[in-house]
Amino acid sequence: MSASTQTLTDDTPVIPPAPEQGGAGLGAFLSGRLRQVGIFLALIAIVILFQVLTGGTLLTPRNVTSIIGQNAYVLILAIGMVMIIIAGHIDLSVGSVVAFVGAVSGIMIVNWGWPWWIGVIAAIVIGGVVGAWQGFWIAYVGIPAFIVTLAGMLTFRGLTQMVLHNVPITPFPDAYVAIGSGFLPDLGGGKTTFEPLTLVLGVAATLGLVGQQIRERSKRVKLGLEDEPRSWFLSQAIFTAVFVLAITFTLASYRGTPIVLVILAALILIYSTLMHQFVFGRHIYARGGNLHAAQLSGVDTKRVDFLLFVNMGLLAGIAGIAFTARSNSALPGAGTGFELDAIAAAFIGGAAVTGGVGTVTGAIIGGLIMGVLNNGMSLLGLGTEVQSFIKGFVLLLAVAFDIFNKRRAANASK
Amino acid sequence: MTNDPILAMVDITKTFPGVKALQDVNLTVERGEVHAICGENGAGKSTLMKVLSGVYPHGSYEGEIVFEGAPVAFSGIRDSEHAGIVIIHQELALSPFLSIAENIFLGNEQQRGGRIDWNATNLKAADLLRRVGLAESPVTKITDLGVGKQQLVEIAKALSKEVKVLILDEPTAALNDTDSAHLLGLIDGLREHGITSIIISHKLNEIKAIADRVTVIRDGRTIETLDLHADEISEERIIRGMVGRDLESRFPEREATIGDEVLRIEDWTVHHPLEHSRLVVDHANLHVRAGEVVGIAGLMGAGRTELAMSVFGHSYGRDISGQLYKNGRPINASTVKQAIAHGLAYATEDRKRYGLNLIDDIKRNISGSALGKLAHFGHVDANAETVVANGYRKSMRIKAPDVGVITGKLSGGNQQKVVLSKWMFTDPDVLILDEPTRGIDVGAKYEIYTIINAMAAQGKAIIVISSELPELLGICDRIYALSAGRVTGEVDVATARPERLMQLMTQEKE
Repeated sequence: MSASTQTLTDDTPVIPPAPEQGGAGLGAFLSGRLRQVGIFLALIAIVILFQVLTGGTLLTPRNVTSIIGQNAYVLILAIGMVMIIIAGHIDLSVGSVVAFVGAVSGIMIVNWGWPWWIGVIAAIVIGGVVGAWQGFWIAYVGIPAFIVTLAGMLTFRGLTQMVLHNVPITPFPDAYVAIGSGFLPDLGGGKTTFEPLTLVLGVAATLGLVGQQIRERSKRVKLGLEDEPRSWFLSQAIFTAVFVLAITFTLASYRGTPIVLVILAALILIYSTLMHQFVFGRHIYARGGNLHAAQLSGVDTKRVDFLLFVNMGLLAGIAGIAFTARSNSALPGAGTGFELDAIAAAFIGGAAVTGGVGTVTGAIIGGLIMGVLNNGMSLLGLGTEVQSFIKGFVLLLAVAFDIFNKRRAANASK
Repeated sequence: MTNDPILAMVDITKTFPGVKALQDVNLTVERGEVHAICGENGAGKSTLMKVLSGVYPHGSYEGEIVFEGAPVAFSGIRDSEHAGIVIIHQELALSPFLSIAENIFLGNEQQRGGRIDWNATNLKAADLLRRVGLAESPVTKITDLGVGKQQLVEIAKALSKEVKVLILDEPTAALNDTDSAHLLGLIDGLREHGITSIIISHKLNEIKAIADRVTVIRDGRTIETLDLHADEISEERIIRGMVGRDLESRFPEREATIGDEVLRIEDWTVHHPLEHSRLVVDHANLHVRAGEVVGIAGLMGAGRTELAMSVFGHSYGRDISGQLYKNGRPINASTVKQAIAHGLAYATEDRKRYGLNLIDDIKRNISGSALGKLAHFGHVDANAETVVANGYRKSMRIKAPDVGVITGKLSGGNQQKVVLSKWMFTDPDVLILDEPTRGIDVGAKYEIYTIINAMAAQGKAIIVISSELPELLGICDRIYALSAGRVTGEVDVATARPERLMQLMTQEKE
């Protein structure tokens, strides 16, 4: 590490390598992260609220498992959507793409009798091709993403209905259905109170995440770059551990780890890392923050735009499989409104309409807030009309909070 | 001259935070004359006109404006227009997808009983178009007109408001010779309709051709008002008024060690991105050597930024022709990526729009152009990034507690240091600095000059574009003068006279 730093500074004359201890109080530190912390607290508050209102039903192992299964595909879409929103675009087509790839995999697997895994791979590839098609018009022809994906929303809905002849395809083979509603094998044979494999995975994930945080911090401390107050770091690490372990034990006491959760967790990990630590992620933020400045810094913004939509297509392919598998049928009307849920998740999670701002974890938390609201209100017996009404307010409040917050910061700096 | 002033601005002082833009400026305009206002970029001409037209409302400046014999206090542009003072800005303010007639009566719609009377609108517009000599139908859309004709629509719009004093800010800057001649003829003719004109212009030959008197402004003060009829006033005489200031020791000392040629630009020609036939840069030739600071001087619209940006990865213009040579070998730098790879760097004149991601922090802005240096297989080493950024924060003296500060919160001078750091991190051989001290206070300017000197001392070749002649004379070794896209001359700073340079900068095409 220090060796590579040395080479870097050798390339850059005038500049002595000058690490320095910066620092701010915990209060100032937290106020800079008000949005991130606030959204998390909001999720916890909503969970507690519904836990009380439903008399404890919300957090039963069975219900937690079902919240995960019901929301996984929208969360997968939200990952791609927040990236697109950070770049300053929007994608209205993902709901239709979900339906389209589901239909194609249904035709291949059920109608033609191909092996399920070929159907899965084909669905993801087709998602990517659809993304490339839309990305081409957006990046290289210069048509606004709103228009291209609105067109895509209609086109791919139409295509879905055409290939399905408006008739659902069902049932799918068990291996395929398991992707959406199956579990990792129960190593206890159903006889243990807590399912052993889930415990092993949960503890491993906790150790991995916390261990990674500690390693990163010690690296920064060694270089004299640490600017996080120790108390913040500790509470973050403890929170991560408690959160992951709580989910682990809850799931382990029901049927174990849903397969779709493994997929979702892997995607969250991959994409947060991509956005924060990789050049491509940086270019997305740069493109959304100031297009001209990014271009004049040598960022190939067209390529960034194109790849973003290809990526969204791939994720829509994965979400499409998860949804089709969970419903065990490919439906002509599948995925209607998913794009709006994904967009809402991104904005509740702190993304800015003007681009340049947002995080993958924020979008996931935003999506979970929506998911818990849906689930909690259903448990209370409220109809979809009330759910829709309330969710609208939550979205509005979250963004209003953002804007209020931004004004306060702007006034404070004046 | 008949002594019948229509307008007098008395002891006008306008202060912005930290800067005195105008100080005790006096301007008297006679009824029916064409009065020119001259001065370098940033001398305060536009500020003065904004005070007059109410853009800066009464109370935000000191001094008095007397119009038609009575003191006036405009609180906005509507007040001044109501009184009969209309300003036409350099950037035309027409709505492109509306018709000529709709634009002329925008905000002043011809209505009857709350409904727009289209017949009256178009008839009156046609009459106004005849008066300005524009042979177009009133229903033609603005976007279908060239800049010259748009300028005439602006004047027609002003006439529709029963204008008494018409202010034109650089009216011919974007026009070709024919359109310019027509426009000047029109302004000349307005006199007969009893309309007084104030014209801000750099083009001394035009001023001499149509103006009755000229007021010279320098550093926010009135220097003199010259009667172009009474005395035999030469262009040189006006130039002396514009630049006549002593060069104080506002510039750090430098020992120039000049090496071999690093970049040569040959026959560089660039066309306007929208108007294909317009040449923005016209067969320009220039070169810069290692350790040398070369200036590019030119008035607004001369094509300085366009030249720089087109060289830097074809970031501006179309149908670019010409050849770049790096260390004597021809290179192809038609994308920004290639330009950076060939060791070119361009620090923009407009930091906020083109230079920085204002919602991101210092370190990510600094690393933005050379992120590859910090990455292994696409993975950015964030710790190394912080170390590098911290190094620049210290060496460039960026005033911020740490490199996690959002650049939008920094002062202009510190933002500029972030931009310079960003380009230094690409380890360039040639740095093109476009207005490196624009919008920066005097103290920070000195620091920027020191940084430029340090970069030159490392053997970098540096091209500085600046509107401030004293700045170019203070920090450069050689200066190219640019006028209407052509390199009109090259002067050695050791022997240069500002008057000579201003002459080259205002030299029109023969």
